[in-house]
Amino acid sequence: MSAAQTQSSSPAHLRGGPARLVMQSELTSAARQRLALRDIIDSIRLWRLSFTLGWFDIRLRYRGSMLGPFWLTLSTAVMVVALGILYAKLFKMEVREYLPFIAMSLVLWGVLATIIGEACTCFTQAEGMIRSMRIPYAVHAVRVIVRNMVVLAHNVLVIIAVYALLDVWPGWPVLWTIPGLLVWVVDGLAICLLLGPIGARFRDVPPIIGSVVQIAFFVSPVIWKPELLQGPAAQLLWVNPFYTLLEIVRGPLLGEVPNWHVWGSALGYSVVLWIAAWLLFARVRGRLAFWV
Amino acid sequence: MTRVIVNDLSVDFPIYHGNSRSLKRTVFAAASGRLQTDAKHRVVVNALRDISLTLHSGDRLGLIGSNGAGKTTLLRTLAGIYEPVLGRVEVDGRVGALLDPNLGMNPELTGRENIALRGLYNGMPNEAIAQLEDDVQGFADLGEFLDLPMRFYSAGMIVRLGFALATAIRPQVLLMDEWFLAGDAAFMDKATVRLEAMVRDAEILVLSSHASNVILKWSTRVVRMDQGRVVDDGKPEEVMERYLRDVGAPQAA
Repeated sequence: MSAAQTQSSSPAHLRGGPARLVMQSELTSAARQRLALRDIIDSIRLWRLSFTLGWFDIRLRYRGSMLGPFWLTLSTAVMVVALGILYAKLFKMEVREYLPFIAMSLVLWGVLATIIGEACTCFTQAEGMIRSMRIPYAVHAVRVIVRNMVVLAHNVLVIIAVYALLDVWPGWPVLWTIPGLLVWVVDGLAICLLLGPIGARFRDVPPIIGSVVQIAFFVSPVIWKPELLQGPAAQLLWVNPFYTLLEIVRGPLLGEVPNWHVWGSALGYSVVLWIAAWLLFARVRGRLAFWV
Repeated sequence: MTRVIVNDLSVDFPIYHGNSRSLKRTVFAAASGRLQTDAKHRVVVNALRDISLTLHSGDRLGLIGSNGAGKTTLLRTLAGIYEPVLGRVEVDGRVGALLDPNLGMNPELTGRENIALRGLYNGMPNEAIAQLEDDVQGFADLGEFLDLPMRFYSAGMIVRLGFALATAIRPQVLLMDEWFLAGDAAFMDKATVRLEAMVRDAEILVLSSHASNVILKWSTRVVRMDQGRVVDDGKPEEVMERYLRDVGAPQAA
């Protein structure tokens, strides 16, 4: 029996974690950054693990339910129709004009808000894993992004239904969603590497972030169109990162050719976000196992 | 060459309980200029203190000591989970850690899904994962439970699955906590055969246990720990004898 099992442990099984591990205290800042970079590179190498973890999360959430993740699609659809009709009346707009806007807004804002919320708990949620094996921390960040991209993929059905029912196809500008979503993925990872450690160390950060996102929802043009803002306040819109980051994906979905103010602001905030995330993550990476 | 070198290793656990963990407290402390003292005065547990240890290929180290002596923390640090607060740890060789029976598995997922995750963690291609599944199922013998969420498993089944999984992937440095003794007698017979094959393959073994017969059976060297320090180090029989003489009476009671 033992012999058979030894044989079945073929050389492929022998592949394990890193073959050499050196850890020391009193690291210089440069050494810390090298280790942080190593962590991110190792996470990219383990992409199949992160993708499977994200996918299993979705499966688990809906295990035993009839519609599965399509519950998300359905609830988004109901919300879009209800808000679309009500707010079109409130804003005195044509439903045909307003509904596509609110549909894209709600679907995309949902993804942004959930990524930010889940970023805070991306490490604490993986406590069991973190404490039982050495695993690159950025794996948990990738997992959050994968999970939310799967959700977005399910909600694309709502977007397509809106196009088809109202016959408002966006045309070629829709291709700009590709770089837009790319920025989202890259920024989403930074948000996780920034908020994840803070959320693990300070347990009251997740609810604070939740409130901030809630406020951002109302003060950003999510349910109201940015054109409604007149005068000097309109100029301030570019200062709102929630707006410009939302707009780089929402605009093309509504058939709008990208606006360089929007992209400039979105990319500028992305750079700031990455610098902050990088500095924090490099600084505290070695302490995370003690915090979760 | 496979080896483990530990130099002056210290590990502290910060304790952030109740209010001391909250942002409010830190912000207020910072606002009143106490952040410095707050950082210095935070409660820490000195889990490991000035540990120095060198292991070469062929070494079988047993760790003994009472609960809270730092055995598991040392194993976790060697596994790269905790990073040193002071000192340096160098491990040459692929590390396998059998630290707790759950092995970081998700109780909501099925056994099969957890096996797949473990395979992916080790960078295995799909064929190898299928092989790993067969190997684990062959040993753990879970039958149809393999496709049920692990929270429906009995404690024994979890140990069998965890043990089978951890021993299916052969490391060069094997770190083992004592939980693998938790199986029933029939399982222990099977487990011993498999473990012996694994220990033979591993170049370095570090084993932590309370049970003197386990330590004497597997170790060629024993280190006794107390309150995070190494207090005795030497031949298994001698260290064990001194240990039992010191703590024998309270343990029997």
